Amino acid sequence: MITLSPEPVMMGGVSARNHLVLAAGVLGTCASSLSRMLRSGAGAVVTKSIGPEPRFGHPGPCLVVLEDGLMNAMGLPNPSKQFQDELSALSGEPVIVSIFGGNPEQFHEVAGWFADKAQAFELNVSCPHASGFGAQIGTNPDIVKACTEAVKEWKKPAWVKLTPNVTDITSIGKAAEEGGADAIVAINTVRAMRISTGMRRPVLGNKYGGLSGKAIFPIAVRCVYELYEACSIPIIGCGGVSCAEDVIEMMMAGAQGVEIGSAIVRDPDIFSHICKDLYAPDGISPREIVGCAHG
Amino acid sequence: MLLMGYLPGKLWGVPMAEGLPVTVTITKVVKESPGVTTVFFDREFESCIGQFVMVWVEGTDEIPMALSYKNAITIQRVGDATTRLVAMKPGEKLGIRGPFGNGFRLHGKILAISGGAGTAPLLRVGLECPDVTFLMGARTADELIFHKMLTEKCDVRVATDDGSAGFHGYVAGLLDEISLDEYDTIVVCGPDPMMRSVLSVLQKRSSLEKSQFSMHRYMKCGVGVCGSCCMDPDGLCVCRDGPIFSGLSLQNSELGKYHRNAAGLKEK
Repeated sequence: MITLSPEPVMMGGVSARNHLVLAAGVLGTCASSLSRMLRSGAGAVVTKSIGPEPRFGHPGPCLVVLEDGLMNAMGLPNPSKQFQDELSALSGEPVIVSIFGGNPEQFHEVAGWFADKAQAFELNVSCPHASGFGAQIGTNPDIVKACTEAVKEWKKPAWVKLTPNVTDITSIGKAAEEGGADAIVAINTVRAMRISTGMRRPVLGNKYGGLSGKAIFPIAVRCVYELYEACSIPIIGCGGVSCAEDVIEMMMAGAQGVEIGSAIVRDPDIFSHICKDLYAPDGISPREIVGCAHG
Repeated sequence: MLLMGYLPGKLWGVPMAEGLPVTVTITKVVKESPGVTTVFFDREFESCIGQFVMVWVEGTDEIPMALSYKNAITIQRVGDATTRLVAMKPGEKLGIRGPFGNGFRLHGKILAISGGAGTAPLLRVGLECPDVTFLMGARTADELIFHKMLTEKCDVRVATDDGSAGFHGYVAGLLDEISLDEYDTIVVCGPDPMMRSVLSVLQKRSSLEKSQFSMHRYMKCGVGVCGSCCMDPDGLCVCRDGPIFSGLSLQNSELGKYHRNAAGLKEK
């Protein structure tokens, strides 16, 4: 297997310890769990998505573990502005604050709360199951561009996380690029549903949810590949990455780094385990493989 | 990760159950006290004592509950889902995910210490283990649960806040008459302030190493992903690293100081 040389990583304006970033929504609500992930080898961490008002999220069940992935509908629970207190405990660490809003003004306001503490922002325009937020914003290129511009007013790196639940993901990627995004993160979860045959009802409290994990890795690779052809800003691959080989494959599709989330459910020390396999003193530079599958 | 104060040997709980919720049918509903009800269902879940399940009350919510028996949960009415649960009738259905979490490590002579509905997760300790002393606290005599059943199996001592049964005061006060050296395992479950005061007593009497506390926090996923139940300062997930924690690992924790609500906001 290909290994990479351990070297300082700069991706999308973020200085990270390695190419593996904790994805938004996973162990990201408090400083203590985020620093736990950094201690266990994450190169950077993305927080839980923070929005304009505190939210309790959807009624349960909010998540089920499937054979090859997770299906969830958390409903964007978050402490809103009070997340500032948690972030204070992480100053100096590679922390990317995920934010959401219902319009460009709200994105601007929420980003402003964390502008002096975050190393970068990740715009959640892709959560597939929260009314008025997420993918309802992120399927419209004009709104994505406007939200990105609004956040960029704070002069911080801005990553834009895209939904795969669109006909053409490149039109949204290009909109983010035009809005001044420093990187595109692809992809968020794939809209999904399971029904409990015993209860004769959808299993999630919100009925609809998002599928993540190994099951969506091929979709994520395809999206990264398409975006690499269409856009020129860096891409962070996200969706089902669960071993070092997956990281290499994402890079070949065009990703400069990856985000990892659902794989935590099988292996809480996933970051240190992937690092062990991915990096070697005689490894090659990622520059040699990023996008190499495009010929 | 040496900072993590887990029970020795297991770094991240036991392998977890997977899949969609299992549908069970309620077979029996037993009122244990004015505020506490046990709901039995038609399926036993193989589980370690101390593990929990996520209980789906269709149309309302899904909540974490300890298994009081392999085929039952014992509910204190506190919110929407528990209010629905205690009103359910035999024949109605629930969805169960789990069991999840790590469970107690039980050996030798056991001291069980419970407060209020915290007796339920310890019930099987008293019923299944051979040599148990059970210290049980409640606000009033009416609110003692499983008292008669446990008295037939083990040495039960009672404390009530109003003195209507047993020792007049908190359950931690009963520890004065207990020689802790005699016990190999100490298990504790109850409201946060009660567990913190028991922890303080055990700390003073150098018995924390053999103590295990059953923690409760707001949960969404139950499998160590969403982070709703993480505790400070180590970022431990109650659902996956716990719910049973060594007293040693809780000394400097948030226990008894605050917890986070569904939005992740700290509450006293």
